[in-house]
Amino acid sequence: MTHDPTALSVDGVSVDLGGRRVLDGADLAVLRGELVGLIGPNGAGKTTLLRTILGLIAPAAGRVLIDGQPSRPGRTSTGYVPQRHEFAWEFPISVAGAVASGLTGRLGMLRRPGPAAWNAVAEALDRVRMSELADRPVGELSGGQRQRVLMARALVLRPSVLLLDEPFTGLDMPTQDLLSELFTDLAREGHAVLMTTHDIPSALYTCDRIALLNRSVIATGTPAQLAADPDVWMTAFDVASDSALLRTLKAV
Amino acid sequence: MSPLDFVTDLFNPDLSFLPKALAVALMSSVVCGVVGTFVVLRGMAFIGDAVAHAVFPGLAIAFAVSGNLILGGTIAGIVTAVLIAVFSQNRRLKEDSVIGVFFVGAFALGIVIISQTPGYAGSLQQFLFGSITGIPDSDLYVVAGTGLLILGVLFALNKEFVAISLDRESARAMGVRVFWLDLVLYVLVTLAVVISVQTIGNVLVLALLVTPAATARLLTDRLGVMMALAPAIGGSSALIGLYLSWSWDLPTGGTIVLVLTVLFLLTWFLAPRQGLLATARRRAHPPRVADRAVRVGA
Repeated sequence: MTHDPTALSVDGVSVDLGGRRVLDGADLAVLRGELVGLIGPNGAGKTTLLRTILGLIAPAAGRVLIDGQPSRPGRTSTGYVPQRHEFAWEFPISVAGAVASGLTGRLGMLRRPGPAAWNAVAEALDRVRMSELADRPVGELSGGQRQRVLMARALVLRPSVLLLDEPFTGLDMPTQDLLSELFTDLAREGHAVLMTTHDIPSALYTCDRIALLNRSVIATGTPAQLAADPDVWMTAFDVASDSALLRTLKAV
Repeated sequence: MSPLDFVTDLFNPDLSFLPKALAVALMSSVVCGVVGTFVVLRGMAFIGDAVAHAVFPGLAIAFAVSGNLILGGTIAGIVTAVLIAVFSQNRRLKEDSVIGVFFVGAFALGIVIISQTPGYAGSLQQFLFGSITGIPDSDLYVVAGTGLLILGVLFALNKEFVAISLDRESARAMGVRVFWLDLVLYVLVTLAVVISVQTIGNVLVLALLVTPAATARLLTDRLGVMMALAPAIGGSSALIGLYLSWSWDLPTGGTIVLVLTVLFLLTWFLAPRQGLLATARRRAHPPRVADRAVRVGA
């Protein structure tokens, strides 16, 4: 492992989709040990940024570095946790099987998971406290448990960067609290965690830093710094100074 | 006719087409059962239907030029599968519309081609609804070889197919070649359809792909069990269906499919966990709250 504390760096990334510039010169760095919240309105390019970091979209300009290496699907140390509805929960597979599927790319074609792989699965399940449900079919899990399974599937690769796409959507408050605790712990253990969310108050409460995105990274800073600066929120969300959003900021 | 008479007929040298038909029906239903697991789990039934219809022009051309039916059907099916995969990349059209366009187009082409060959009425019926007579010996080996190939590829790439079925985007992010593996799966479905068309017919082959796997899904939450149960259900239905059709002089393809459908309906009502009866019984005697809390767990 290198001594460079920056695990993920997005340098001047521009992305065109269908002839339209969706991201324009976005800059972002996430350090090891840090939980960063990515916030922006719908259509701001959050998902596009995640897909670019994963190497699924080639940027028109700029570059993405993971541990100093250009991002390539299956080659770089990135754990991706998609939104829960992206996963086929009705598929007949156990929790452990679903987590093991995270190793598919790493193992390569024609190879089956061996003892080392199953150890990694057990470790990942233990980390998200789902070991007891390892044999349960995934279709029988609650929303919070499903989010944990997706976390474990990403952790099984022991990634240095974790990307979480709206992990809190559709979950009740106690479940959200338990999950944010887990995210913070994972960051403290040395992962660089980047999470998109629409829940601004909880992001301000749990994240180490916030990045405001709207086609470009408008501002980054600690929650305290950003909460004190309504102008950047008005730019990012295109709202007036009397909006409910800004009143929420003041309440935090 | 008793089952014993059926066995006697199977060994009657004058009826040598009968054991051949049984062998082909068993092999194709077993292969379709395994492949069908992914067809059902990925909601690909419509693609299965498309491929089943799409092999028809290939069969018609092969029949018209007295070529190999299996080869003709395979080529036509694969061409259609590739066309669907390529045209589906256009985001403006959903995949099911693309499939709708190509499978009916291919089927229409088949009908026009076969109508140009002499004595087509009989052969048309044979293609559409299957026939147990006239299977050449060479087909037995082709079906067995193709079947083994399909099963081999499916088991070799099982891990990849599971990852793609669970979540395409994450599979892509892991470096899994989603487009190519989709294409491989389409080709496997095509091959499974082609080796089955002879006995069961073009229109009914979808049942071999979908019904056994759907029935198995009602009985288990384990992929491995489902992949073993589906071919077992398909194979026994083929055996029972052929026996019934032979005893009562019923069309073979139709009888096999009806046996499959009855098994599916029985499972729907009687399955130990998900069946209608079990659900009703649970509703009448719900588990006590304490038990339920333990079951839900952490």
